[in-house]
Amino acid sequence: MAKINEIDTEFFADERSSSFTVIGTPAQRSDALGHVTGKTEFFEDRAFPDLAHVKIHRSVHHHARIDSVDCSEALKVPGVLRVITHHDVPANWYLVLRLIGVEPHDEPVLAEDRVLYVGEPIVAVVADTEAAAIEGASRVKVSYTELPAVLDVEEALSPDAPVIKKDGTNYFVYEGHHARRIRFGDVEEGFAQADHVFEWRYSSAPIEHAPTETTGCIVVPQSGNRLLIHSNTQAAFFTLDNTALILDRPFTDLQVKGGTVGGGFGGKVDVIVEPLACIAATLTNRPVKFVYSREEEMQVSSPRAAERIYIKDGVMADGRIVARKVMLYVDSGAYSRHTPYGTTKAAAHLPGPYTIPNVHADCHCVYTNRTPSSAMRGFGVTIADFAIESQMDRIARALDIDPLELRLRNAYRDGDMKAHRKVASGTALIEVIQRAAALVGHDLPPEYLAMSSSTPREA
Amino acid sequence: MALLRGRGYASVNYPTGMNLGGDPSQALIHATTMGGFVVSLSSVDLGQGLKTIAAQCAAETLGMPMDNVIVDTADTDTGPHCMGTFASRGTHRVGNAVIMAAREAREVMLQVAAEELEVDADDLETDGSGFVRLKGSPETKIHVQDIALAAHFKQGRTISGRGIFLKERSYPVPETGEMDPDSAQAHACTVAEVEVDDETGIVTVLSLHNAYEIGRALNPAMVTQQVEGGAWMGVSHAVFEATEPYYPSSRAHGPVDFCEYLMPGPAETPVQTSVILERPASNGPFGAKGIGEMTANAPIPAVANAIFDACGVRITVMPFTPESILRGLDELRDAEPSA
Repeated sequence: MAKINEIDTEFFADERSSSFTVIGTPAQRSDALGHVTGKTEFFEDRAFPDLAHVKIHRSVHHHARIDSVDCSEALKVPGVLRVITHHDVPANWYLVLRLIGVEPHDEPVLAEDRVLYVGEPIVAVVADTEAAAIEGASRVKVSYTELPAVLDVEEALSPDAPVIKKDGTNYFVYEGHHARRIRFGDVEEGFAQADHVFEWRYSSAPIEHAPTETTGCIVVPQSGNRLLIHSNTQAAFFTLDNTALILDRPFTDLQVKGGTVGGGFGGKVDVIVEPLACIAATLTNRPVKFVYSREEEMQVSSPRAAERIYIKDGVMADGRIVARKVMLYVDSGAYSRHTPYGTTKAAAHLPGPYTIPNVHADCHCVYTNRTPSSAMRGFGVTIADFAIESQMDRIARALDIDPLELRLRNAYRDGDMKAHRKVASGTALIEVIQRAAALVGHDLPPEYLAMSSSTPREA
Repeated sequence: MALLRGRGYASVNYPTGMNLGGDPSQALIHATTMGGFVVSLSSVDLGQGLKTIAAQCAAETLGMPMDNVIVDTADTDTGPHCMGTFASRGTHRVGNAVIMAAREAREVMLQVAAEELEVDADDLETDGSGFVRLKGSPETKIHVQDIALAAHFKQGRTISGRGIFLKERSYPVPETGEMDPDSAQAHACTVAEVEVDDETGIVTVLSLHNAYEIGRALNPAMVTQQVEGGAWMGVSHAVFEATEPYYPSSRAHGPVDFCEYLMPGPAETPVQTSVILERPASNGPFGAKGIGEMTANAPIPAVANAIFDACGVRITVMPFTPESILRGLDELRDAEPSA
């Protein structure tokens, strides 16, 4: 019998209906038995007698001009069928977010005359066997002229930093601004009015989704010129649409089949493997597999962006936060992928689940010569929460206020105006704090136990 | 040298959906000849249980047992469009689309049944076991198999339905950031207890006590797996993981496999005690909010705050490595006036 956490029905009792028959029951997860008995079929479990394999020759420099690419030795490796360069990619420059109208298309499927990060793909080698593809990829010769690299988000924004992006700025431009902005109230006035001002810095290193199954696909040419893509993508149509645009082919030429994913966590929405596998399948007219090795998954596939966050708070002696200014630097790495979106999502999340009358945020999506970062569970929010909640703990200690009472004093409630000017509704921060306090025997004074998210705060 | 214990707190919220980008998902549903209902989607179940949730939403709305529901998904030739499985959107968007499709199919099912029973469709109800019956007169009933057979071979009707969920895209105002970025907010509060070894700098997360507000637990067993798995991931981010251990100064020593990229094993996994609160979202399927992402977040600052409580070291860089703890302890010792 599965472990089931208690549902405490005392909270919000008058808002809960309970006249369900199937909803609310612990029905067994439909894929559970297949997983534990080894019967689940992943994309790699499909066998094709003439399956070919793709491996990549990658940049060894953070930032360099490509002077020449010599594939002649690769082609001499027994079993190598083709090499694929940017000349074989119909629409080489892309941005996955183009589907929602985000521009510019800042990333090449295969590098042209420059590489912007260690591990950037330059040449794809298609071969009869995985071993031949690896050998072929290793024999590609690229000569480079190294260029100065930028590896720090704040250095990338300094006026004397080399501009690494062809579009002219080391940051994503949000409708003319260098950052996604939040402007609510007047933070300077808030700081002036505050009894205390606290400013601290937080940061994180990039992390990996670490799925059990690495990112990959098998593309099988069909009769009638269609391509069937067996993929572990998290988003079948997102993959199909982006792939068709890169291939410059009708969308109806492609079929994506998936639905069994050995761990996603946001790591399988980048549409990296499918376009090259489709090109390889088309050029060789054979089924083609392109799957990341574990090393590629760890060092080449998009990590969660590293972030740097400065939070400056104006706080009254009683713990009310009256102003919060946040400077956020999200390390997008060399290309945009999903990070311009995640940075906006970060802005929407600020200043956290608290009602603060004056909020100012500049959320920068910054380009550096690192592995491009992208979506990951908690996109735009996880690192901000680390910073905000560390900040709350430090303020509570500085003012000698109980850490939960400080949060309850500032907790947002129904009807409060958020910094992005949406009226809060369905809030429940107060209640989860109250319930967690009870779980660990952390006593709260009666006035804090009496608080409610649906009761408007006193003016 | 000592093992120092501390407790830390964190409370968070998390948005459901990604309507800063346009956020639709669709569902189609049709009855088979023998009264099965096939839910056709293109959505991807990542292992979090989306197929099960879709089946529960369909069964609840149709008034049929879950066994009658087949979920066919993740094929772009057969399933209608879905934006994808991310942004804590699957249950919310797909659940709503399935409910809409199932409502339409249910309406047809009741009309077919009404014709067979020679009653008014408005007077019919489902009993949850596979029968459609007359309200107040439960002996007047017909099984869904007979309804489906009649629809296929006698009345010439398709028992089917179409569903879509779309929250209109919000474009942020560039000057102010005014926007409508989500459909709901879920909530969590975590209390972490840690032990810090002041000789090795190793942080052991002993326990997590969590309260989660998730709208509605559509499947309490899957809620448990999701919140516990997510909190484990948060602990892993907090004290173990980095693809660039020396970020930003160098890219050296990047791990390339699971021998080098550390995550908590059974011995490092804290005991978790969690309580679920439900404040149904007005726009959620049966009130559900998205919680896929949120549950990894609160443990990270809770652990950081617990480390400070234990040993006085304020860690401001993720992950919280033994090296950073030891350097922090050294700084504290250096700052002490010498005896």
